[in-house]
Amino acid sequence: MIQFKLVLLGDSSVGKSSIVTRFVKDQFDENKESTIGAAFLSQTIKLVDNQENPDSPEEVPIKFEIWDTAGQERYKALAPMYYRNSNAAIIVYDITDDKSLSKAIKWVNELKERLPTDLNDPNRCIISLVGNKLDLVGDDESNRKISTQEARDFSIDNGLLFHEVSAKNNIGIKDIFQELGETLYNQHKEKQKSKSMGRADSSKGNIELNRPSTNDSTSCCN
Amino acid sequence: MDSLDGEEFDVIILGTGITECILSGILSSTQNKKILHIDKQNYYGGDTASINLKQLFERNGKPTENLDNGKYGRPRDWNIDLIPKLLMSNGELINILISTKVTEYLEFKQISGSYVYHKNGKIYKIPSTEYEAVTSSLLGLFEKNRVRSFLQWVSQYNFEDPKTHQGINWEKNTMEEVYYKFGLGNSSQDFIGHAMALYPTDDYIKEPCKECIERIILYSQSVAKFGVGKSPYLYPLYGLGELPQAFARLSALYGGIYMLNTPISDIKYNDDGKFKSLTIPQGTVKAPMIIADPSYFPEKVKSTGKKYIRCICLLNHKVSSTDQKDSLQIILPQNQIGRKNDIYIAVLGAEHFVTPKGWNLAIVSTVLEEVDSKNPLDEIKPALALLGDIEDTFYEVKEILEPKEDGSEDNVFISKSYDAMSHFESMTEDVKDIYKRVMGEELVIE
Repeated sequence: MIQFKLVLLGDSSVGKSSIVTRFVKDQFDENKESTIGAAFLSQTIKLVDNQENPDSPEEVPIKFEIWDTAGQERYKALAPMYYRNSNAAIIVYDITDDKSLSKAIKWVNELKERLPTDLNDPNRCIISLVGNKLDLVGDDESNRKISTQEARDFSIDNGLLFHEVSAKNNIGIKDIFQELGETLYNQHKEKQKSKSMGRADSSKGNIELNRPSTNDSTSCCN
Repeated sequence: MDSLDGEEFDVIILGTGITECILSGILSSTQNKKILHIDKQNYYGGDTASINLKQLFERNGKPTENLDNGKYGRPRDWNIDLIPKLLMSNGELINILISTKVTEYLEFKQISGSYVYHKNGKIYKIPSTEYEAVTSSLLGLFEKNRVRSFLQWVSQYNFEDPKTHQGINWEKNTMEEVYYKFGLGNSSQDFIGHAMALYPTDDYIKEPCKECIERIILYSQSVAKFGVGKSPYLYPLYGLGELPQAFARLSALYGGIYMLNTPISDIKYNDDGKFKSLTIPQGTVKAPMIIADPSYFPEKVKSTGKKYIRCICLLNHKVSSTDQKDSLQIILPQNQIGRKNDIYIAVLGAEHFVTPKGWNLAIVSTVLEEVDSKNPLDEIKPALALLGDIEDTFYEVKEILEPKEDGSEDNVFISKSYDAMSHFESMTEDVKDIYKRVMGEELVIE
């Protein structure tokens, strides 16, 4: 199975963990502080590939290995290891907090310093900008502090994917990962075609010290 | 800024070197301790960090303007360890990594070979089994048979069973007596004591033989663990600096709070002399105890009187007479080079993602015999000579510090400086020792 490392970024209390918990476990806990003890969470999605053979589309499973910040972003202490070899990043902001988009932009810049993000780099990290807490806006747009247009314009200018979601009401969560999965899968296929040295090659000769089986999506998060 | 003023923790830890990070990870994940972990520097790892080429140049006051498109490749493709150490495959650090599941964040590869220097100027692959001992050109014919019977004796030695001892009492008999019994001469002693038991000096010869036997067993088991023929060592991809980061992540996953680039001031004690609080920009924080590396409490540590030199050499070629190996260790035993302390060379490269392709990194280290030498590089000349052309060298002399007290008076528990040994076994001893003083019970690693 094709596996991708995905990291979450964004300031404290924008709902990074809630988005992952919704995606992986389909749960939402109002008072949840942060994920305790899980090295990372895993979830598999299925894509349909009909590009090779339009008559008999192929179903492709994609596994995400999702790393949460474990609170290390709170005092700017995220380790380089956290970013290392990430294939994708979800950068989260809170649409009801007027400062949170500018903070998210700082995270985008931070990421660009640490990982390849140029559009023509075959190993580039795919970034999705996600505005959370759509539920707090509802019909009353006065709670909204970040306009959709502003965030979308920024995303387009910087080559980011973009979504507005509610982890609480389960709006748009699946779409984030589905779109990331498709983008990553296409990038993966391009790389296979050009036979460029991908990251997967780096594991040759590695010594296995009790790493969880990569085929079992739940082995590492119970 | 997020205030922490008045917050109470179970333990405050200062410094993110590997010793402090292992303790933080274990105390947080298995003992449910509420931890605040602070580093005054803006990166993880303290003295056990791995730095990139730009950071290395800056640290040594060299200009960095032309680095980006220079001959050294991308500066960020270099991960240069500040202390040169390797992990024994069957050593205690590997056990800790596995038992804490920190291995989930790390990838390891074996070090491809380990070599020992002979005073004839050549280096030889270290024989690790009886078979290799017999086939190695390092040992003369008569010597081979004696070494073989010694290694057979060690492999069958059972501390519980006197029948396996052949008259050697591990509590009373010294290694000198063991060598005499097996008729092992100076060159075999150098090879056994320094290349297999990894003693950096000859002090062990007068000590009871138990520890040396255990060290040889550790060496042999480490060689055998992941397939014979390579070396007894593992090394993490992207450098040793990954290790403290991985343990810090473990601690954070269980609620440990992390702060870098954070100055510490105003350390206060209660009337009974025990640690009370300290102040950081986010406020004054309290805890009944503190764990710290020596740099945070200069008044509470003393010099061991020892200094070591660590010299980083950038090579654009492989080290010769090593079958083009990308990673290796070379030990230069003291007697073979007319010294009292061994010199170690660790060579690493692109296989472990610590250099760009086409480059190698050699880190040479030894305990200085002339402590205040003006030319400390003179002491490692025989090692540098083995490396061929060197593009650039960077060296530092470091003092080895240890705490004056055990921490029971003031509840300030201070770790030791990292020593000049080529592996982490003494570091894990320090972790266990601090754990016992902090928790009042032995650290159990399952």
